[in-house]
Amino acid sequence: MGDVQRIFYYHVPSAWTAFLLFLINFVASVVFLIRRDTKADILALVTAEVGVVFCTVVMATGPIWARPVWGIWWAPTDIRLNSTLVLWLIYVSYLVLRRFSTSSKTASLAAALAVFGALDVPLVYFSIWFFRTQHPSPVIGGGGYLYPAMARALLINWAAFLCLAWLVCWTRYRLEVVTREVEEAQALESLLEGSR
Amino acid sequence: MNYLYAAYVATWVIHGTYLAILVRKYSKIRQEMESLKK
Repeated sequence: MGDVQRIFYYHVPSAWTAFLLFLINFVASVVFLIRRDTKADILALVTAEVGVVFCTVVMATGPIWARPVWGIWWAPTDIRLNSTLVLWLIYVSYLVLRRFSTSSKTASLAAALAVFGALDVPLVYFSIWFFRTQHPSPVIGGGGYLYPAMARALLINWAAFLCLAWLVCWTRYRLEVVTREVEEAQALESLLEGSR
Repeated sequence: MNYLYAAYVATWVIHGTYLAILVRKYSKIRQEMESLKK
Protein backbone atom coordinates (compact mmCIF):
# COMPACT_ATOMS: atom_id res chain seq x y z
CA MET A 1 0.00 0.00 0.00
CA GLY A 2 2.92 2.36 0.60
CA ASP A 3 2.35 5.72 2.25
CA VAL A 4 -1.42 5.54 1.76
CA GLN A 5 -1.47 2.99 4.59
CA ARG A 6 -0.65 5.83 7.01
CA ILE A 7 -4.19 7.19 6.58
CA PHE A 8 -5.09 4.26 8.85
CA TYR A 9 -3.56 6.17 11.82
CA TYR A 10 -6.11 8.97 11.32
CA HIS A 11 -9.05 6.92 10.17
CA VAL A 12 -9.19 4.22 12.87
CA PRO A 13 -8.56 6.40 15.98
CA SER A 14 -11.16 8.89 14.68
CA ALA A 15 -13.69 6.05 14.32
CA TRP A 16 -12.97 4.69 17.81
CA THR A 17 -13.24 8.19 19.29
CA ALA A 18 -16.56 8.78 17.50
CA PHE A 19 -17.91 5.44 18.77
CA LEU A 20 -16.88 6.30 22.33
CA LEU A 21 -18.52 9.74 22.10
CA PHE A 22 -21.74 8.22 20.73
CA LEU A 23 -21.67 5.71 23.58
CA ILE A 24 -21.38 8.55 26.12
CA ASN A 25 -24.18 10.32 24.24
CA PHE A 26 -26.34 7.20 24.65
CA VAL A 27 -25.68 6.96 28.41
CA ALA A 28 -26.27 10.70 28.90
CA SER A 29 -29.52 10.51 26.88
CA VAL A 30 -30.80 7.60 29.00
CA VAL A 31 -29.89 9.48 32.20
CA PHE A 32 -31.69 12.57 30.88
CA LEU A 33 -34.82 10.57 30.00
CA ILE A 34 -34.89 9.04 33.51
CA ARG A 35 -33.83 11.98 35.69
CA ARG A 36 -34.44 15.08 33.50
CA ASP A 37 -30.95 16.19 34.47
CA THR A 38 -29.81 19.30 32.54
CA LYS A 39 -26.13 18.34 32.85
CA ALA A 40 -26.86 15.00 31.15
CA ASP A 41 -28.73 16.84 28.38
CA ILE A 42 -25.77 19.16 27.79
CA LEU A 43 -23.33 16.23 27.85
CA ALA A 44 -25.49 14.40 25.28
CA LEU A 45 -25.53 17.44 22.99
CA VAL A 46 -21.77 18.01 23.30
CA THR A 47 -20.76 14.39 22.70
CA ALA A 48 -23.08 14.12 19.69
CA GLU A 49 -21.61 17.28 18.18
CA VAL A 50 -17.97 16.30 18.70
CA GLY A 51 -18.79 12.70 17.70
CA VAL A 52 -20.15 13.97 14.38
CA VAL A 53 -16.91 15.89 13.82
CA PHE A 54 -14.84 12.73 14.34
CA CYS A 55 -17.28 10.66 12.28
CA THR A 56 -16.95 13.23 9.47
CA VAL A 57 -13.19 12.67 9.56
CA VAL A 58 -13.86 8.92 9.20
CA MET A 59 -16.22 9.55 6.27
CA ALA A 60 -13.65 11.79 4.57
CA THR A 61 -10.49 9.76 5.12
CA GLY A 62 -12.10 6.39 4.25
CA PRO A 63 -12.82 7.16 0.58
CA ILE A 64 -9.43 8.93 0.23
CA TRP A 65 -7.79 5.65 1.33
CA ALA A 66 -10.15 3.48 -0.77
CA ARG A 67 -9.54 5.26 -4.10
CA PRO A 68 -5.87 4.22 -4.55
CA VAL A 69 -6.28 0.84 -2.79
CA TRP A 70 -9.64 -0.41 -4.16
CA GLY A 71 -9.79 1.77 -7.28
CA ILE A 72 -13.15 3.19 -6.17
CA TRP A 73 -14.17 5.91 -3.71
CA TRP A 74 -17.12 4.01 -2.26
CA ALA A 75 -18.40 0.41 -2.32
CA PRO A 76 -22.21 0.87 -2.61
CA THR A 77 -23.07 -2.60 -1.26
CA ASP A 78 -20.59 -2.67 1.63
CA ILE A 79 -22.39 -2.95 4.99
CA ARG A 80 -19.59 -1.27 7.00
CA LEU A 81 -19.54 1.77 4.74
CA ASN A 82 -23.30 2.11 4.52
CA SER A 83 -23.94 1.57 8.24
CA THR A 84 -21.31 4.22 9.03
CA LEU A 85 -23.03 6.62 6.63
CA VAL A 86 -26.38 5.88 8.34
CA LEU A 87 -24.76 6.48 11.75
CA TRP A 88 -23.40 9.84 10.56
CA LEU A 89 -26.82 10.82 9.14
CA ILE A 90 -28.61 9.84 12.38
CA TYR A 91 -26.38 12.08 14.49
CA VAL A 92 -26.49 14.92 11.95
CA SER A 93 -30.31 14.73 12.13
CA TYR A 94 -30.01 14.72 15.95
CA LEU A 95 -28.04 18.00 15.76
CA VAL A 96 -30.46 19.48 13.20
CA LEU A 97 -33.36 18.60 15.51
CA ARG A 98 -31.66 20.26 18.47
CA ARG A 99 -30.70 23.32 16.45
CA PHE A 100 -34.01 24.09 14.73
CA SER A 101 -36.78 22.59 16.87
CA THR A 102 -38.56 25.17 19.03
CA SER A 103 -40.69 22.64 20.91
CA SER A 104 -40.37 22.42 24.70
CA LYS A 105 -39.92 18.67 24.23
CA THR A 106 -36.88 18.99 21.95
CA ALA A 107 -34.45 17.61 24.54
CA SER A 108 -36.66 14.54 25.17
CA LEU A 109 -37.20 13.90 21.44
CA ALA A 110 -33.47 14.25 20.79
CA ALA A 111 -32.67 11.89 23.67
CA ALA A 112 -35.08 9.28 22.25
CA LEU A 113 -33.50 9.67 18.80
CA ALA A 114 -30.04 9.27 20.37
CA VAL A 115 -31.07 6.03 22.07
CA PHE A 116 -32.21 4.57 18.73
CA GLY A 117 -29.19 6.04 16.95
CA ALA A 118 -26.83 4.31 19.37
CA LEU A 119 -28.17 0.94 18.21
CA ASP A 120 -26.31 1.53 14.96
CA VAL A 121 -22.91 1.79 16.73
CA PRO A 122 -22.53 -1.98 17.47
CA LEU A 123 -23.85 -2.73 13.97
CA VAL A 124 -21.09 -0.56 12.47
CA TYR A 125 -18.40 -1.97 14.75
CA PHE A 126 -19.25 -5.65 14.38
CA SER A 127 -20.29 -5.55 10.71
CA ILE A 128 -16.78 -6.52 9.61
CA TRP A 129 -16.76 -9.41 12.10
CA PHE A 130 -19.97 -11.01 10.93
CA PHE A 131 -20.38 -9.98 7.29
CA ARG A 132 -18.20 -10.39 4.24
CA THR A 133 -17.30 -6.83 3.29
CA GLN A 134 -14.86 -4.98 1.09
CA HIS A 135 -13.70 -3.10 4.19
CA PRO A 136 -10.54 -4.61 5.78
CA SER A 137 -10.95 -7.05 8.68
CA PRO A 138 -10.65 -5.77 12.25
CA VAL A 139 -7.04 -5.05 13.20
CA ILE A 140 -7.57 -5.73 16.90
CA GLY A 141 -9.73 -8.73 17.85
CA GLY A 142 -11.89 -10.61 15.36
CA GLY A 143 -8.92 -12.64 14.09
CA GLY A 144 -6.97 -9.59 12.86
CA TYR A 145 -3.27 -9.01 13.41
CA LEU A 146 -1.23 -5.83 13.64
CA TYR A 147 2.56 -5.54 13.92
CA PRO A 148 3.46 -4.38 17.47
CA ALA A 149 5.11 -1.18 16.20
CA MET A 150 1.98 -0.33 14.19
CA ALA A 151 -0.27 -1.16 17.16
CA ARG A 152 1.83 1.14 19.37
CA ALA A 153 1.59 4.01 16.86
CA LEU A 154 -2.15 3.41 16.50
CA LEU A 155 -2.74 3.48 20.26
CA ILE A 156 -0.60 6.60 20.73
CA ASN A 157 -2.61 8.30 17.99
CA TRP A 158 -5.85 7.20 19.62
CA ALA A 159 -4.69 8.58 22.98
CA ALA A 160 -3.90 11.91 21.26
CA PHE A 161 -7.30 11.97 19.55
CA LEU A 162 -9.00 11.18 22.88
CA CYS A 163 -7.16 14.11 24.50
CA LEU A 164 -8.29 16.38 21.65
CA ALA A 165 -11.88 15.10 21.98
CA TRP A 166 -11.87 15.62 25.76
CA LEU A 167 -10.49 19.18 25.41
CA VAL A 168 -13.05 20.12 22.74
CA CYS A 169 -15.92 18.49 24.69
CA TRP A 170 -14.95 20.31 27.88
CA THR A 171 -14.73 23.67 26.06
CA ARG A 172 -18.04 23.05 24.28
CA TYR A 173 -19.68 21.97 27.56
CA ARG A 174 -18.63 25.20 29.29
CA LEU A 175 -19.81 27.22 26.30
CA GLU A 176 -23.22 25.51 26.34
CA VAL A 177 -23.62 26.14 30.09
CA VAL A 178 -22.85 29.85 29.61
CA THR A 179 -25.14 30.02 26.53
CA ARG A 180 -28.07 28.64 28.53
CA GLU A 181 -27.37 31.04 31.42
CA VAL A 182 -27.33 33.99 29.00
CA GLU A 183 -30.58 32.81 27.38
CA GLU A 184 -32.22 32.57 30.82
CA ALA A 185 -30.96 36.05 31.74
CA GLN A 186 -32.28 37.45 28.42
CA ALA A 187 -35.67 35.83 29.00
CA LEU A 188 -35.77 37.27 32.53
CA GLU A 189 -34.79 40.70 31.26
CA SER A 190 -37.52 40.72 28.60
CA LEU A 191 -40.04 39.59 31.24
CA LEU A 192 -39.01 42.46 33.52
CA GLU A 193 -39.24 44.93 30.63
CA GLY A 194 -42.68 43.60 29.74
CA SER A 195 -43.95 44.05 33.31
CA ARG A 196 -42.80 47.70 33.48
CA MET B 1 1.55 10.30 -1.38
CA ASN B 2 -1.02 12.83 -2.64
CA TYR B 3 -3.81 10.78 -1.08
CA LEU B 4 -2.01 10.79 2.27
CA TYR B 5 -1.70 14.60 2.13
CA ALA B 6 -5.35 14.85 1.09
CA ALA B 7 -6.45 12.77 4.11
CA TYR B 8 -4.20 14.84 6.39
CA VAL B 9 -5.60 18.12 5.05
CA ALA B 10 -9.22 16.86 5.19
CA THR B 11 -8.81 15.79 8.84
CA TRP B 12 -7.45 19.11 10.02
CA VAL B 13 -9.79 21.19 7.86
CA ILE B 14 -12.74 19.41 9.51
CA HIS B 15 -11.35 19.95 13.03
CA GLY B 16 -10.30 23.54 12.20
CA THR B 17 -13.76 24.36 10.82
CA TYR B 18 -15.43 23.05 13.97
CA LEU B 19 -13.04 25.04 16.19
CA ALA B 20 -13.76 28.17 14.11
CA ILE B 21 -17.50 27.60 14.66
CA LEU B 22 -16.86 27.33 18.42
CA VAL B 23 -14.78 30.52 18.46
CA ARG B 24 -17.55 32.35 16.56
CA LYS B 25 -20.16 31.07 19.00
CA TYR B 26 -17.98 32.15 21.93
CA SER B 27 -17.59 35.68 20.50
CA LYS B 28 -21.34 35.94 19.98
CA ILE B 29 -22.15 34.83 23.52
CA ARG B 30 -19.57 37.23 24.91
CA GLN B 31 -21.21 40.13 23.06
CA GLU B 32 -24.60 39.08 24.43
CA MET B 33 -23.17 38.94 27.97
CA GLU B 34 -21.78 42.46 27.60
CA SER B 35 -25.11 43.78 26.30
CA LEU B 36 -26.83 42.19 29.30
CA LYS B 37 -24.43 43.93 31.70
CA LYS B 38 -25.31 47.37 30.24
